[in-house]
Amino acid sequence: MAKLQSTFKNMFLSLSIICLTVAVLLAQVNKMTAKPIADAKAMKLQNAISEVVPAFDNDPVAEAYRMADGQGDSLLVYPARKGDEIVGYALSSYSNNGFSGNIQIMIGFDMNDRIVNYAVLQHAETPGLGSKMTEWFKNPEKPSQSILGRDLSQGTLAVSKDGGEVDAITASTITSRAFLEAVNKAYQAYSESREDGYSGASPKNAAEKSNDEAEEIKKEEQSNE
Amino acid sequence: MNNNFKVLINGIIKENPTFVLLLGMCPTLATTSSAINGMSMGLATMFVLICSNMVISMLKNVIPDMVRIPAYIVVIATFVTIIEMVMNAYVPALADSLGIFIPLIVVNCIVLGRAEAFASKNGVFASIFDGAGMGLGFTLSLTVLGAVRELMGTGKIFSMNIYPEQYGSLLFVLAPGAFIVLGYLIAIFNKLQHK
Repeated sequence: MAKLQSTFKNMFLSLSIICLTVAVLLAQVNKMTAKPIADAKAMKLQNAISEVVPAFDNDPVAEAYRMADGQGDSLLVYPARKGDEIVGYALSSYSNNGFSGNIQIMIGFDMNDRIVNYAVLQHAETPGLGSKMTEWFKNPEKPSQSILGRDLSQGTLAVSKDGGEVDAITASTITSRAFLEAVNKAYQAYSESREDGYSGASPKNAAEKSNDEAEEIKKEEQSNE
Repeated sequence: MNNNFKVLINGIIKENPTFVLLLGMCPTLATTSSAINGMSMGLATMFVLICSNMVISMLKNVIPDMVRIPAYIVVIATFVTIIEMVMNAYVPALADSLGIFIPLIVVNCIVLGRAEAFASKNGVFASIFDGAGMGLGFTLSLTVLGAVRELMGTGKIFSMNIYPEQYGSLLFVLAPGAFIVLGYLIAIFNKLQHK
């Protein structure tokens, strides 16, 4: 078959047909992968939550709600229950003051203002320096740098350079500050949500609320992409 | 078949995209902070190369010359989007660590370069072999680059400990290390080839 001439009709038809075909193909692949992608995302969130709070048997994602962090923004709070009793809260917090911008963490508190654990969800810090924060602040052998088990009702956390009691990551003070900022922010929202006596709210209300929240989260996620 | 084999080897050694043609430097330098990242980036590019080479060589007669570049880009972008969605669905951790560089395969000059220089002039099978050869060459060089950087920087290869991490030099994991290691690897590659 001879090569098609570059006439207007040929060019138009050829490009149109190619575009149409790939559009159909991509729509199919999108349909096939949409569910696994959503599952993978939900799984990641679920794993992060169960990593940072004591064992629970409810679905914290479904019960999530927003709580003001005292700085004009609000954070997502995931209450973890065992039976009817709340055993802890996981909070998804963030800081925009990292060395390379935004840092997102998931942090868990028990019912005594103590930090149970944390997980870094997203960051763009320098590999080998700032990126050490994923492990640095939970090293059980080094109590001066670990934040696990710290009681934040005694005052917020700060790096030792700023007069606080947490050793910053070597050569990554900015990252450490940002990380602790996110932790403090989460504590703020945590204490607010405890003062609010969230447990007093009727479960039905909570469920309705969380549905709205879920919608909102979904919207946010989409706009993020 | 013999000819196809030659095309395959050509991509891996004589016209190795990274060490000889010096194409696609952006993902090469950016994603090779560890061996596994480099290898995954290479494999993703290889998939796109093989598929786009195959489709473009099949379509070469129905694509008029004057619109060939947009047509090629559409085909390439399709496969890149497919692999991006598949990676997000089944290997989300890997997709996270490669980040923006997966969608950026679209503008990788190796892919369009091979479509233009090879697939649009040769048959389907030769084009598939060319894509595989180029892809393998790219994958191998990225894996080597990533392995060297990971070893020098963190004392590991494919996350296996070779020596304690504190003796590693962070420089190699960061951007300057990419340039340094790439330069030395190109020198070694040239030396071996001229023998």
